[in-house]
Amino acid sequence: MSIVAALFRRELRSYFATPVAYVFIVIFLVLMGTFTFYLGGFYERGQADLSAFFNYHPWLYLFLVPAIAMRLWAEERKTGSVELLMTLPVTAWQAVLGKYLAAWAFTGIALALTFPVWVTVNYLGSPDNGAILAAYVGSFLMAGGFLAIGSCLSATTKNQVIAFVLTVVACFGFLLAGFPLVLDIFSAWAPQVIVDGIASLSFLTHFSNISKGVIDLRDLVYFSLVIAVFLYANTIVLQWKQAD
Amino acid sequence: MQPRTALATAPVLLLTEPMIEIDGLTKIYGQHTVVDRLSFSCGAGEVLGFLGPNGAGKSTTMKMLTGFVTPNAGSASVCGHSIGDDALEARKHLGYLPEGAPCYPEMTPRTFLDFIADIRGLAGEGRKSRLAEVTEQLHLGPVLDQSIDTLSKGFKRRVGLAQAILHDPDVLILDEPTDGLDPNQKHEVRELIRSMSADKLIVISTHILEEVEAVCSRAIIIASGRILADDTPAKLAATSRYHNAVRVTLEDEAGFDAVRAAIERLPSVATTESDRSRLTVTAIARPGGNDVGPLRDISTLVADGNWNVASLQLEGGRLDEVFRQITTSTAYLGSEA
Repeated sequence: MSIVAALFRRELRSYFATPVAYVFIVIFLVLMGTFTFYLGGFYERGQADLSAFFNYHPWLYLFLVPAIAMRLWAEERKTGSVELLMTLPVTAWQAVLGKYLAAWAFTGIALALTFPVWVTVNYLGSPDNGAILAAYVGSFLMAGGFLAIGSCLSATTKNQVIAFVLTVVACFGFLLAGFPLVLDIFSAWAPQVIVDGIASLSFLTHFSNISKGVIDLRDLVYFSLVIAVFLYANTIVLQWKQAD
Repeated sequence: MQPRTALATAPVLLLTEPMIEIDGLTKIYGQHTVVDRLSFSCGAGEVLGFLGPNGAGKSTTMKMLTGFVTPNAGSASVCGHSIGDDALEARKHLGYLPEGAPCYPEMTPRTFLDFIADIRGLAGEGRKSRLAEVTEQLHLGPVLDQSIDTLSKGFKRRVGLAQAILHDPDVLILDEPTDGLDPNQKHEVRELIRSMSADKLIVISTHILEEVEAVCSRAIIIASGRILADDTPAKLAATSRYHNAVRVTLEDEAGFDAVRAAIERLPSVATTESDRSRLTVTAIARPGGNDVGPLRDISTLVADGNWNVASLQLEGGRLDEVFRQITTSTAYLGSEA
């Protein structure tokens, strides 16, 4: 556990040692604000809730989370530091977990910095703060799911641009798994069971439940499973590709 | 005191437990066999020099030895721990400087070494003293809080070395440890390697031959993934045609041809090589001659005749010549066969 903690600390610190962290956080907050107040019509809706805010999270994450995830392994492989890391007495699991948790904690920090929106809505009215907290948890879990996909794909390449594009496409697929755009590809030939299975993988469906303030165990299990499966795949990809 | 104990214990350790054992190690990339059924073992007290032309398989062998690259066949173990099944234990005994000394550029040497100490599980007083010791040994003091990105190549290499020796490992694997260092820094790193070699096994790869002569107790020459020679650097050098050659340098050009002719006539001399611009005549010893070669005969000639000799030099043999000979003839014939 102390090894994962050491990897976590190193990784998280490295975000703040470069402009990456500050650029990301500023852009994240500016976009969040813009989406909430202009596209979401926060004031115009005249309701004391944050759905104008949370509705745009999946779409922001679609581009911003892959930007965080792309460097996780692609950069290590590019600079060769992966050779240093993987010849230390560290297992693939510890390495994957330490780096992943640091990236997740970083998105958590960015998400927590959106608190002025919550302050605003509480100043203007009296919202259901339990529902808002639930939505924050859901948003954080969804970011974790995107990150796990991105971390796994980042290990497949030395090129961060490729990692970014692959992750955006994969995340887009997961996001819209329940919609005709994705389902039509399968419904023509696959049995209904599989189509239903794919439909149930949609990030958007699971997130919309939580963002309404309903924490269903199934949604929690779903995001946890996505994260676990992709991190497991990440360790396999890492061991397979690390020396290429 | 220390060297004596080392000499006394090293051969015993060597006989009882080799620290690195490699058996039939093979790596194939596509159609190309990079490392071809490599086998050897070595123990504490040895400084093993891994020599070979670029692309000979030196780095790949080291990567397999540290468990970074998985071999296609064969096995390797470090201090009795297989790098396949027991990789974690094996790595605890290893310090490794990968080729090019990769690092995390955004970190400073201080935070980087702290991180390595965390991973290596160093704690308390021992951790503090090791960090201080390594910083001192590699002269990292002045740059401890500068980001590694901004350091010179020499400093980066030394940060990599510091990382490798921090936990005082039993086996140290250094891939081109002095690459990019200036002559003073090279000298310091070699001193460091020598000072640590008593109770450790140190494997270095290099293509700098003077380095092998300076620090290694054993040299393995590989090309096309195969071992072509395995001996002490002195014995390897002795196979050179320059072994026991005598170089005569004259003071001026007068009598240059006479001197060369006189030396060439000696029975202990096989042939001579002369360089008129430098006023040198090198007498190559006839193979199978006595231990000192033509030295005695030539010094008698010098004493008798009135040659204007500036200097007389006995050569031990030239490792670079042996290296060239071994790696160009055998290796490529071998790979074509």
